[in-house]
Formats: sequence, C-alpha cells, structure tokens
Amino acid sequence: MDVVHPRSLTPLITGWIALAVLICGPVSANDTGSSEVARGGYLVRAGDCEYCHTDSNGQPFAGGRAIPTPFGVIYSTNITPDATTGIGQWTSQDFYTALHTGIRRGGSHLYPAFPYPWFTKISRADVDAIKAYLDTLAPIKQSNKSAELPWPLSWRGAMFVWNTLYFDEGEYKIDTTQSAQWNRGAYLVQGVAHCGACHTPDNWLGGTKHSEALEGGNAGMHWAAPGLGSNLRDGVGGWSAAEIVEYLKTGANAKSASAGPMTDVVMNSTQYLSDADLDAIALYLKDRPHAAHETPPQTHDLGAAALARGQALFTDNCTACHNPDGRGVPKVFPPLTGSASIQANNAGTVIHVVLAGSKMAAPSSLPTGLSMPGFGWKLDDREIADVVNYARHAWGNRAPLVDAETVAAVRKDIEPSDRPSRDGASTTHPDAPVNRGNL
Amino acid sequence: MANPLKPVDVVLVGFGWTGSILAEQLTQTGLQVLALERGKFRDTVPDFATTQIQDELRYAARDGLFQDTARDTLTFRNSVDQTALPMRHLGSFLPGVGVGGAGVHWNGQLWRFLPEDFVIRSHTEQRYGKGFIPADMTIQDWGITYAELEPHYDTFDYLCGISGAAGNIQGQIQPGGNPFEGPRRRGYPLPPLKRSYPTVLFDKAAKEIGFKPFPCPAANASAAYKNTLDVQMGPCTYCGYCEWFGCGNYSKASPQTTILPVLLERKNFSLRTQCDVTRINLDSTSKRATGVTYVDQQGRQFEQPASLVICCTFAQHNALLLLLSRIGQPYDPKTNTGVVGRNYAYQITSGVDVFLDEIMNPFMGAGALGQAIDEFNGDNFDHGPEGFIGGGYIALWTTGGRPILQHQLPADAPKWGAGWKKAMAENYLKSASIATHGSVMSYRDSYLDLDPTYRDVYGDPLLRLTFDFHPNEIKMSGFLTDKAALIAQAMKPRSFHAIPRIGHYSIVPYQTTHNTGGCAMGADPRTSVVNKYLQSWDVHNVFVMGSSVFPQNAGYNPTGTVAALAYWAADAIKNHYLRSPGPLVHM
Repeated sequence: MDVVHPRSLTPLITGWIALAVLICGPVSANDTGSSEVARGGYLVRAGDCEYCHTDSNGQPFAGGRAIPTPFGVIYSTNITPDATTGIGQWTSQDFYTALHTGIRRGGSHLYPAFPYPWFTKISRADVDAIKAYLDTLAPIKQSNKSAELPWPLSWRGAMFVWNTLYFDEGEYKIDTTQSAQWNRGAYLVQGVAHCGACHTPDNWLGGTKHSEALEGGNAGMHWAAPGLGSNLRDGVGGWSAAEIVEYLKTGANAKSASAGPMTDVVMNSTQYLSDADLDAIALYLKDRPHAAHETPPQTHDLGAAALARGQALFTDNCTACHNPDGRGVPKVFPPLTGSASIQANNAGTVIHVVLAGSKMAAPSSLPTGLSMPGFGWKLDDREIADVVNYARHAWGNRAPLVDAETVAAVRKDIEPSDRPSRDGASTTHPDAPVNRGNL
Repeated sequence: MANPLKPVDVVLVGFGWTGSILAEQLTQTGLQVLALERGKFRDTVPDFATTQIQDELRYAARDGLFQDTARDTLTFRNSVDQTALPMRHLGSFLPGVGVGGAGVHWNGQLWRFLPEDFVIRSHTEQRYGKGFIPADMTIQDWGITYAELEPHYDTFDYLCGISGAAGNIQGQIQPGGNPFEGPRRRGYPLPPLKRSYPTVLFDKAAKEIGFKPFPCPAANASAAYKNTLDVQMGPCTYCGYCEWFGCGNYSKASPQTTILPVLLERKNFSLRTQCDVTRINLDSTSKRATGVTYVDQQGRQFEQPASLVICCTFAQHNALLLLLSRIGQPYDPKTNTGVVGRNYAYQITSGVDVFLDEIMNPFMGAGALGQAIDEFNGDNFDHGPEGFIGGGYIALWTTGGRPILQHQLPADAPKWGAGWKKAMAENYLKSASIATHGSVMSYRDSYLDLDPTYRDVYGDPLLRLTFDFHPNEIKMSGFLTDKAALIAQAMKPRSFHAIPRIGHYSIVPYQTTHNTGGCAMGADPRTSVVNKYLQSWDVHNVFVMGSSVFPQNAGYNPTGTVAALAYWAADAIKNHYLRSPGPLVHM
C-alpha cells in the first residue's frame, strides 16, 4: 500500500510563474521526453546521486555503497528500474513522495542519510525529470542490504519522531526580493546539490542546525566541511565568485584544492554543472550572512617549544611543495596561508590529509590529479599534532590547538600508511589507479 | 598451453617513455591499445613521494627501481674468444623496471643529436675521405635526417617542459645557448634552472679559455608548467635526488608526470602490469605478427592477439625479443651477415675532479642542472689531425651531494679509516666534478646474441653482450678528458685530477645507461632491422622503438632522440600505416 502524502500546494502568484520556470528549469506543454530525460540526467549529476548509489567497483546506480553514519552503517539502494530490486515499479508519485517526504514506496521511512531534507526542496517537474532519466537506465538486479543500526534507530518508525523534530517538508519557495539568478543558486544549493548535508552542522541526533546553515559541518570520516558563508578564517568568505566557480569546475583555485569527499563531488557532480548554474551558486553563496565566530586563539597559546617542533617538522616534510612561507605554488600546490581547511575549528580535514594523503580532483580540464603523500607511516600522533598546530598558527593562520589524542582518534578510523613496501607487494593508496585490463 | 585473449588493435611491449608516447598517440585514433609491462604500477604518490624517495641506500645503493637480476639478466664478455658469464648484479648500466621504465629514474638530461650525427658515415667520408673510417667500424647513416625529426624533438620538449637556453632558433644563433646545436623551431618552454655555484665557476673558466658554455637542457622544470596535454608539473626543488630516484614533486619529466594522467583515463587504453612478454607470435608465413605471448605474475601463460605489435622495451631487450621470436636474421660477426643484434654501442665517459677553497653546496642539485660546452661533440671540430671519429660534450653537473655515492676526494687522500673520514669532511662541500660524455661507434665485434649456455626463468636463452672499447674511443675520450682538465685548471682549484677511461670496458662500475643498437634502423635491409619508420623489414606489423634502433651512439644522452623517433614512428603509423597496412618502405 502506497502512502501518498498530499502535496502542500503553494499558491503561486501568476506573475511569479515565469520566474519559477527560470529557477526550477523549463516546464512547458511541448517539453519533449528526451529533453526531460536530459534535464533529469543533469539533475542527477547535480545531486551526485551516482556516487552514493554505486558501490565501489559496483554497477552504476545499483546501490550497495556503505554510508557510515555516527549511528551505524547504512547501505544505499538500487535506483535502477529493475522491477523487483530497483525502482522499476515506482510511479512518479512514489518517487516524488520519497524525495519530498522521506517515505518510500510501501510506506516505510527512509533514513536521512538519503538527503530528503534537501531534496524536499526540488520542484515536482524536476523530480519527474530525475525519475524519467533513471527510467532510461539499464535495470540491474541487485538486492538492497539492510542497514546496520542499533535499536531504536533500526526501527524505521523512529524516523517519524526525527522528522517531526528536524525535518521541514516543502518545495523551495522563491524569495521575491532576490533576482532570478540568486533564486536559482539558492534552489540548487538548498535542494538537489544538498550542499548543507555536509557544510551545515548537525546536532547530536544528526538533525541539521538550520540556524547555522552552511557554516561548516562534518562530511564523515573526520572530514570537516568548511563554511560556505562569509567566514574568512574557516570558510570561503574570502573567495571571489569567480574563484568559487573555478573551484567547483576544476577542484582547485588560487586559494585551495579539493580533498577527500569534495574531490568526489567535483569529479562526479559540480564539474558537469553549466556555467550559468555555477555562477548562480556563487552569487548565492557570496550573499550568505556573516557567521558568528568565537575569537580565534592567539599564537602564544601554542607555546614556543611546540611552535619550534612544528616548524622543524614542517621544514623537513612540507616545504618541498607548500614552501616555507606556506603559500604553495600557484595553480599547483595549494597555499596553506588563509586556508579554510587548515583553520577550521574541526581539524579533521588537515589531520586526515597529513595522515593519509590526498588527491586533487582531475577533471578533463585539469587532468593531473596532483597528490599529496600521507605521512602517517613516518610521523606519530604527537608529531602530526605539532606540525598541524604549526600550520594552523604560522603566517597569520589562527585555529584552536589539536593534541595527539585528536590525531589518534582520526588515525584509528582511517588507513594512514602508504609507504611503498620493500617486499615487492603492490602498494596501496586510497586513490591509486588500478589496472584496467580486460582479462 | 596459452590462454587466448580478446584481440586488441595494438599491443605495446613495455611501458616506459616510448610505450607511453605510442599509447598516447595511437589511442587518439580510436584504436584499442594495450600495454604490457613487466614491472609494477608506480606513481608519484605513493611510490616516489617526497621525503620517502630521498633514500640513497634503498634506491641507489640497493637498486630500488632497477631490473632485478634474479628474474632477468644478461651475460657479458669483452670479446668473441671469451665465455660470457651471467651478471648477478648490474653495474655499468641500470635499466628500469615498472611503469615509466627508466624514464622514472633518469636525470632528465635532454639533448638533441647533431644534424651530422644522423648521416655520420656519408658525412665522415665526404669530409675526411673513405679511408678515415677503420675497417671494422660499422657505422652507418640512420636513413632519417635531423630536419625530419625536428618537429618531434619539439613535441617532446613541450611535453616535458624543458628548461634551457636555445642556441639556434631557425638558423639564428642565440646568445647564451649552444651555438653548435641543430636549428630548432622555437626556444625552450621554460628558462634554464638556477645555477649552482660550481656551474658558475665552470662557465667563467670555459669562457676564459674561449669556449661557449651554456646551460644544459633539463627535463627538470625550472617553474610550474602545464604541458601540451594540460598535465601540470611543479617547480623543481633542487633536492638532488633525480638519477636513480623517482621525482616526488612532479618536476622531472616522466611518463607519470607528463602523459599518464591523461592516457590512463582513455577508455580505449588498457595496461597490464607484471606481465613478461616472451614471444612475438607470427603466422604461418612468418611475414605477419599475430600478437604476443606473455606470462603473468601467477605464472599463467596468455596469448594476446593484436594487429600491431610495438616493441617498447629497454634498449637491448628489443633485440632479445626479436631473436627469441625469430624476426629478422640474427647477426653473425664471423660472416658479417644478419642484422638482429648487430651494432650494439655504448658511451664512453671520463671525469676531472676539482677541489676548491670555496663552499660549493653540492646537495642543492638537480639531475640536469649543469653547464656544458659542445665544441668537441660530433663533428663540431676538425677530426683530421686527431685521427678519431666522434666526440662528446664536457659538462659540470650538480646533480646532487648524496652522502654515499656522490663525493670526490683528492687523489692522495687515504682510501679508508680516519684519514679518509677527515679528507671527506674537508672536501665534501668544496669539490666538484667535470664530466665528459663521449660517443661510441659501432664495430663488427660489438653485438648482441642469444647465450648458448645460460637461460632465464622461462627456460629461454639469456641475451649475450659482447663489447669492448676500441682504440678510436679511448683516443677520443682522452682528448675530451684533456679539454676538461683545461677547464678544471682555469677554475683555479687548489687541486684537480683526471679520471680517464682506459683499458677494457668493465661492466662493473656505473658509467651510463645509454646502451644502443641491436635493432639498427637504416635504409638498407642488409644492415638494418627496421626501416626509417622503425618498422621491421621482415614483419611489417612489428615496430621497434628506443635506442635499440640507433646504428651507433652519439655524444649526447639519448632520451630526446628516443622520444623524437617514437613520435616520428607514431606519426607514420597514424598517417600511413593504418590507411594501408604493409611495408612503409619498399625495396
């Protein structure tokens, strides 16, 4: 039995229909099937659906990827049009209900690892386009796996309570005081691109702190997602609109380079967005209100001895690429000065990168995919804390101190070692290319 | 029994510089290209990561990146009357193994050969008379001209982001460059590297004598560089760990830093590592190759069908593969007939160590950071009075000041103990070395063939190398060493001493990994294995790359010419061979 939630019909003033069309994509009577499919494909890219709904080395969109959450592992589902294991029997209304309310065909609640708190903003026409695109995929028979969650979260009905507390259902509402471009940016950022899923902080139950929208959050596995608002120290507030666009297009700009999950987002999603949409996103992000910030710590809090230890480690290990002045090499090795990731209150990203290394996005426009090696095999937790503290306090950078325990907490969750082995065994690296033979 | 696999259009045997160039060029045409590499996959991170790769003991002293003689080696003798023995440890030359090949652990010294080098026999006969060439010297023209190769040299310069100062742009001599070089269409993509102090002293001394020193062309990026495939390289940090190491800073040109990021993403390219190709397979007519047989890491044998087989292995290994596959007539020095294995050549090096009073900071180096003179290379000077053929450049390189292998001591310093330590402490920072890099001609008794006794892990004969220096080379090298000593003296050192190359060739001490020949190219099938397009005369769908096609060796590092020939051959395959598969040169 399908559970159909009545749409909350937002009365639209006739004059705003044209604007709505501009923002939420073309909807017209003579909209051909193929253009709807193409638009759906574009939105699927914008939502980076494929990444979560494809297991590593698995069939595209057939699900099975383990999504680690603070509460347990959830597995993504098969969204190919297979009739028994996928969404082949779903109607457009079923699909809309799932994206809009977090309740899937059959009536059970989805976990918000599926970002319905953002997808609820997507217009009906766009949801239908996404469904139309997914219907064109080859059906793949692959059964979904059960989530590994403790009680009471293993009981999906618990999500009713969660939704009541934290979920605001409803499509994006146009802000009539803003331009069409601004609204388009807001629609994408708040909706299908679900930027806030990582870049907005969560509360202890995984509920989004809407009051701190886009002020920096947690992208899982200790990756800290920087603030996307006007934060200068730990966000992209100092970036120009053009720099935001360049970053989303290529994964790098003069101020930063992608790492961790953002590399995947650039590679699977944002590099494919139109220039108009990237401009709209940049315009919207440049208009975020100022985030409230505690006063950053002063350098002397670190102490001269720790600073000296960190500087020595930095000189030996980091200067070949990032230079003694922390400015890196323009367009090649990202600067550490003024870096949001370096200065984020949550030092998870920089610790993760120092431990395990990182590979920059490698879109066809910037194909190199420059990599930083991991140092987890040669530096212990205290040394990494020292070098991270140095980078967070040198050259005018300011951020809270980290200690060896913080580093240890990251190390135990990730694969830090990537020293080439001496015994002839093949080396491993999170981003290592694999042979693509066709044996 | 070999397991047959799905056919591909092109199979590349070996995946170093030439394999990467061919793969990048031929995948552009939409062909399905497969590279088979005997070693492992390797990339800048993690394999050459900075702070990890600067390990001289592991990589230089203990052969971290080189061919493992336990799996693959060769036998050696100086002359045909000796019995060759298998090499258990390589010394004189160090082929690479693994993706990128020796293109990973080279220094990045990127030269072009002189226009006269490609026509050495006809040029020498014309200038000095036929009698000037010794009877047993088997040098020959390449069948190709510098002008034909120039566009391809240029392609490689701009792929690698070469740092240097041009000496001859379209016939116009440029101040500060090498005035003897062949004309190039344009300058280098990057300015020269920053000079080390010893190279400044060399430059000054050479000028005082009347020579025209210039910065050596370097495949070490002097600045950040985005290459012609949009691949980004980083600026060299002068860490001093180029030769025998991979580069951790994306600064030294290698397949990994210039081609692979783009190539590995192409859907019509595939790569299988740890695959030893043991044979090129022929059809019943022996006129056409059907593919290759290889053995994988688990010892499984596979037959890989392919329409085109391109040998891209290191130098002499191509000759071995042809000999084992019975492609082309094996060379026989007794009757002076046959071609495969003929005209093996090498290079002859010497040095002059210089001890100065000032601090040289040798540890700040780069593989191709050097200042050179070219007055005595090729036929840049009158050989008539000297009575030898060939030449070489003289350079002061500051490749690094690594503690184990890179140091000079005065001739009278103790060889061990406390005295040695004291001399080392006194001289490490205050010494430099001038190198000569001489050509080696080819001779009737310098060749490669199958060893009659020793076999590899698959039961196949090992390659046998028969080689010695000839009086022509010893004389030429002595001449170069004397000129280097002149410059050393003009550097006003507290002492200096020459280290000439004398006596028989020894395969034990390291000299250079510039082995050439065995699959000589040329215009005459009686004296060459491949035609001017590097296509086998005997089996038209087999091409052979690398320095194995050099008919003799020049006085320069070979990688520039190896790469230019690879682009030249790729061009011929794309624009001629694919349209009408068959011999590109008809006799």
